[in-house]
Amino acid sequence: MTGSPFLALQGIAKIYNEGRHNEVRALADIDLDLEAGKVTVLMGPSGSGKTTLLTLVGCLARPSAGRVTLEGRDISGMPERFLTAIRQRTFGFVFQRFNLIPGLTVADNVMLPAYPLGRPHPELKARCRELLEMLRIGDRADAPVQWLSGGEAQRAAIARALVNDPAVVIADEPTANLDTALTAEFIGVVEMLKAQGKTLILTSHDPRICDAAVVDRVVEMRDGRIVGGR
Amino acid sequence: MNRTIERQRYLIDFTIASLARRRGRNLGLFAVYTLLVFVLASASLLGYGLRKEARTVLAASPEILVQHLLAGRHDLIPESHLAALRDIRGIAAAEGRLWGYYYDAGMRANYTLMVPSDRTIEPGTAIIGSAIARLRNLGEGDAVHFLSPKAKMFRFGIAGTLPSESELVAADVVLVSEADFRAFFGFPAGMVTDIAVSVRNPKEVATVSAKISRLIVDARVVTRDDILRSYESLFDWRQGMITVLLAGAVLAFVILAWDKAAGLSAEERREIGILKAIGWETSDVIAVKFWEGGLVSLGAFLVAYTLAYLHVFHFGGALFAPALKGWATLYPDFRMVPEISGQQIATIFFLTVVPYTLATIVPVWRAAIIDPDTVMR
Repeated sequence: MTGSPFLALQGIAKIYNEGRHNEVRALADIDLDLEAGKVTVLMGPSGSGKTTLLTLVGCLARPSAGRVTLEGRDISGMPERFLTAIRQRTFGFVFQRFNLIPGLTVADNVMLPAYPLGRPHPELKARCRELLEMLRIGDRADAPVQWLSGGEAQRAAIARALVNDPAVVIADEPTANLDTALTAEFIGVVEMLKAQGKTLILTSHDPRICDAAVVDRVVEMRDGRIVGGR
Repeated sequence: MNRTIERQRYLIDFTIASLARRRGRNLGLFAVYTLLVFVLASASLLGYGLRKEARTVLAASPEILVQHLLAGRHDLIPESHLAALRDIRGIAAAEGRLWGYYYDAGMRANYTLMVPSDRTIEPGTAIIGSAIARLRNLGEGDAVHFLSPKAKMFRFGIAGTLPSESELVAADVVLVSEADFRAFFGFPAGMVTDIAVSVRNPKEVATVSAKISRLIVDARVVTRDDILRSYESLFDWRQGMITVLLAGAVLAFVILAWDKAAGLSAEERREIGILKAIGWETSDVIAVKFWEGGLVSLGAFLVAYTLAYLHVFHFGGALFAPALKGWATLYPDFRMVPEISGQQIATIFFLTVVPYTLATIVPVWRAAIIDPDTVMR
């Protein structure tokens, strides 16, 4: 990984229910360059558009206007199928409420993103075990996810995000449900991933995250626009 | 190639895990599905088996029957026609038959009294169908008393019972000697009930029938095919009646299947959103749901068809026998030769498995094309 622009957003706007009475302008005039191997935090109050921006960065949605380029390639107008392929290989997601599938074990949840790629089972299992060990929940591999504590569930969600070895890890409000000790633990995981060369993009309005030493850049948002940064 | 196989394996693994996660719901659906297919398949197998049985039994009956008509009703026919019939080219044999119905008021059952052409019955004895033997608890060496239409009591010693292979059509038969038959019914000499004609060349049945009609102008000529068609329509009607009765059950099942299969729960919709967000394609999600519906419906179909097969061919179709086999008081008791047809299986398959699978796919497709960012909102 280098420090060159990895992901660029130019003139981005996102409008939900366009043309209808319940139209919502979630984002407007967003210009943003994100560098590889860095930790960027999108900061702002609820409704500021940070999660929407995260969905555009992570190819979960397409912008209503503007252009998204990934490693110099314009991906903003790509059909869903191509976006899925990019998502599979480039991005790993940690959702705010973790979104683990109840009834499945931790290991099964972790391996889920790899199923469509058809990786050989022994290789996938080894990868899963390695991640769970790295995140110190190896002993919970066979437990159903509904038995996990908040911290364990988050680490399982991180392991799931990493199973396809993506270049970028995206986390939406990762510490919203965590206490101070677990937040510190999460920051430790972010440091470890950064050291491995991953690009991390987080949303948060938690000062414990925004002020963490591991964070390279904070982008401040309000009312769907970027209003500052550091 | 290996990756494609591995991918399908993962999808099937996930499908099985999904089925296990919603065990209660899927087992309930499986049970109702199995019951419905079992009932439909039982009725179908039984109806088909009965028609097949009738065809087998009728294979040995004469090609043509000649009956006399009087005022449009079946009347006795003079034996004197026999010689003229035997002179028709193409007729191998013609013989008069003596048979009639007897109502046993004590048992409230109708019997068919016959004089057999292929064996001699000693006067004063009778050979009875096995349903009568069961009904009246009779065996060889016992005696039975019948009250004739002229109110005269006749005693018959039981010389034997008819084999159960022919029970579908011979359950109610009593074979007696010609002398006893004529005495019992007061049957006039020189007359018979009808005349059985066998034809040298089966392809000539229609021609021979036409010749007989011209020779005996007041005769009704009935071919074996006519009788077979009557049986077929009788069993078709009975099976149709059962199917109509089952239509309500089928409808209830369709509503249940639609509700269970088509109505995706909020949890399932959320799950589809998660899978899409973490990199599953729409086609992967649909494949999993297709496998889910397919495994439930196909599994239930196979189990139900096997149970229906056992029910019909090993337990005599106990649930539907009264409606499909019923003969007033005398129910034939026989074990049918196991017989299934591809067309039958295909019909039930297309009536049950295909609609269910489609009912599963449409809503899943609608859910699977939702934007993957839904889980983030």
